[in-house]
Amino acid sequence: MFRLFAAIFALSTLVSYAQAKETLTIYTYESFISEWGPGAKIKDSFEKTCDCTIEWVGLGDGVATLNRLKLEGANTKADVVLGLDTGLTAEAVATGLFGKHEVDKALAKTPEPWTDDYFMPYDYAHFAVIYDTEKMQAPPKSLDELVNGDPTQKIVLEDPRSSTPGLGFLLWMKSVYGDKAADAWKKLQPRVLTFTPGWTEAYGLFTKGEAPMVLSYTTSPAYHMVVENTSRYQAAAFSEGHYLQIEVAGLIAASPEKALAQKFLNFMMTPGFQDFIPTNNWMLPAGTTREPLPEAFSKIVVPAKTLLFSPDEVAKNHRAWIDEWLNALSK
Amino acid sequence: MTFANLKTAAALGFILGAVALGFIPLLWLGIAHGFSAVDAYLPRVVAFTLKQAFLSTALSLLIALPVALAFARRQFWGRDVLLRIFSLPLALPAIVAILGIVGIYGNNGILGGYFSIYGLSGIVFAHVFFNMPMAVRLILTRLEAIPAENFRLAAQLKFTSREIFRFIEWPQLAPALTGIASLIFLLCTASFAVVLILGGGPQATTLEVAIYQSLRLDFDPARASILALAQLITCATLVLLAGRYATQAQVFPKTLAKIQRYDGTSWGSLLVDFAAIVFGAVIVIPPIISVIYTGIFKIHLDAALGRATLTSLVIGLASACLSLILGWILADAAARHASPKFRSALTLTSLASLIMPPAVLATGWFVSLAQVADVGRLAIFLVIVLNGLMALPFIWSPLFPAIEESFQRHDRLCSSLGVRGLARLKLIDLPVLRRPLALAFLMAVIVSLGDLSAITLFGSDSFVTLPALIFKQMGHYRMADAAGTAVVLTAFCFALITLAQRWSLRP
Repeated sequence: MFRLFAAIFALSTLVSYAQAKETLTIYTYESFISEWGPGAKIKDSFEKTCDCTIEWVGLGDGVATLNRLKLEGANTKADVVLGLDTGLTAEAVATGLFGKHEVDKALAKTPEPWTDDYFMPYDYAHFAVIYDTEKMQAPPKSLDELVNGDPTQKIVLEDPRSSTPGLGFLLWMKSVYGDKAADAWKKLQPRVLTFTPGWTEAYGLFTKGEAPMVLSYTTSPAYHMVVENTSRYQAAAFSEGHYLQIEVAGLIAASPEKALAQKFLNFMMTPGFQDFIPTNNWMLPAGTTREPLPEAFSKIVVPAKTLLFSPDEVAKNHRAWIDEWLNALSK
Repeated sequence: MTFANLKTAAALGFILGAVALGFIPLLWLGIAHGFSAVDAYLPRVVAFTLKQAFLSTALSLLIALPVALAFARRQFWGRDVLLRIFSLPLALPAIVAILGIVGIYGNNGILGGYFSIYGLSGIVFAHVFFNMPMAVRLILTRLEAIPAENFRLAAQLKFTSREIFRFIEWPQLAPALTGIASLIFLLCTASFAVVLILGGGPQATTLEVAIYQSLRLDFDPARASILALAQLITCATLVLLAGRYATQAQVFPKTLAKIQRYDGTSWGSLLVDFAAIVFGAVIVIPPIISVIYTGIFKIHLDAALGRATLTSLVIGLASACLSLILGWILADAAARHASPKFRSALTLTSLASLIMPPAVLATGWFVSLAQVADVGRLAIFLVIVLNGLMALPFIWSPLFPAIEESFQRHDRLCSSLGVRGLARLKLIDLPVLRRPLALAFLMAVIVSLGDLSAITLFGSDSFVTLPALIFKQMGHYRMADAAGTAVVLTAFCFALITLAQRWSLRP
């Protein structure tokens, strides 16, 4: 038993060497740095441009990352935080931990011009209803058709209380229906198979064939086309427009590595970072890539209109909007 | 203070210290932020939590009891394998088990459409899938502790199966049943993933979900600590109430003779037992077959899978050891003290991790430890401690009744003969406790192996267990790889179960 503990201890301390050079500590969500994520490749690519080391710290998801910062406060070890989305940035700025990025905002290739002083975007995608073409010939053409459609054709949604796409869909409903969102939720309810805790469970149920539709991203079909070589799963284009998710990074004002952090944020907009985004993170690059995107990306749905609340609106209202959803559906 | 008291104090201190270290910082934050008002949603959440937990517990026990009695009466080819399979659901992470259940009973499943697996019926079914087989194992251990002589005597008196149940089996089961029921009830109360995935919407929400929301989405420690307090009060009351009905175990003089049953030879009785076992098997086996069938040809053998298997083994064994040490000390102390209040307190302590949600513990530990150490480097130890605490209730159920019995039977003799310490462990305790110990350790390993919450809460990328790997693969669209990894996890647990069973049956 003692040997076992000794071994574990040895293993965990081994990780802590290799700190001779300047080290940039970046907090991000777990899947960004997992085996299939872009993290390791970006680390190699950035370390070639400086005499430094990137240390990734993986935390559940964007919300978990922000909560970690709130818990740590001024004692945080992070120099850069990567992986929040525009629904979280107002709360993040309110912690007072973030400094201005001073990167040229014109470098950001987002669907709408970039204006944020504290955060720079690195990728984006629109939320979309993905449907199974083998089970559904006539997918809904608008959010309204989804809400009022045949209740035997189900959709798997994510719970807005525990999931980012879930919250995204809630904001989508709110931006289309406004004050009538609660009624729309009630109409949609019989069509919802279930609200899962996260994207992973929802997509698992969908690919298992439990429902012909799932809430995901416009970029999801690209994965199936590039990796699995199938066009079975497609995104439904909605006439009201699609809600947008933009993933961003920012730097900690009090970081001793602030210069390096700024350098990283500049690097983030260049091909050295952006090239790894499309086929590793399965999102659209918000900066410049060296080559054009793989062909599958030219086939994905480009929404006629982009829907997006400002970070302040989301921060101010999300609790009330979730309560509205809760009350509409829990009776 | 004697050595035994010292041990008890240390174990109690460790568990209560861990809980306090988790809860107090949250309470502090709550006071600092100002407590928010409790809204109308909360009573509905509590009501639903209790309703689904009550239904799940009742149904699990109603099915488990006849199945366990049938297993105790019958010896047949494949019995051991079947019982080993009954240990598997506990090892499956919720999402894997649910995809297995969906594969059979879902909209697209082979037997789909007979009942809805979404909503209350789905939640209850999944809970029965997880807990009924566990209850069968726990009840069966108690039945197998009945001395063979009792059945011989019963045969001489021409007892029917019903009379055997009334005069022999039930008195043996009754004291353990309240414990098993409490365990299942608390497990269902603390259920998170099952409730969210199969619940169908916010009308099916448990306190655990509400606590998670307030910690995560709202980052509202005040609300989280109020909800955790509500959970603490509800659960503690239930456990203490159940404890009042727990009678002391009856002690039989016992030899190590093998049990031979003389009852139940009629066709009718054979048919009933057959039906019970088949019914139990039909609930447990098809979803597991579905998991294996989906993934068997998709196992993606690579370094990551090997590493994850090894990491799971290390974390599982380490947590189970911690859990067994704590559980053994507490059970021993509870057996020594006749005071029912002290016993209840110890039982409650063993259930700490089910009463205090892991999300609360993890957040509190983080706040406490961040002041003195780099939590990232401690992550693996925190996962082991959290898993160890989470496995403790599973250790307690098989171990406590067995230790109590052994204590009542041997303690005076040992004292008068001066048999102590290691000698007593080797000569007296180990031989009689071998089976419950093996079962307890096995359950602890399995619970830790299948756990995803501790590892998610401390979110470290430096070590990945099998359930974490499954989740990562799914998170990157790699559903087929994930299905393969789930098969590896299942096979791995089956191998461990087989090993543990071999050890427990060794003469």
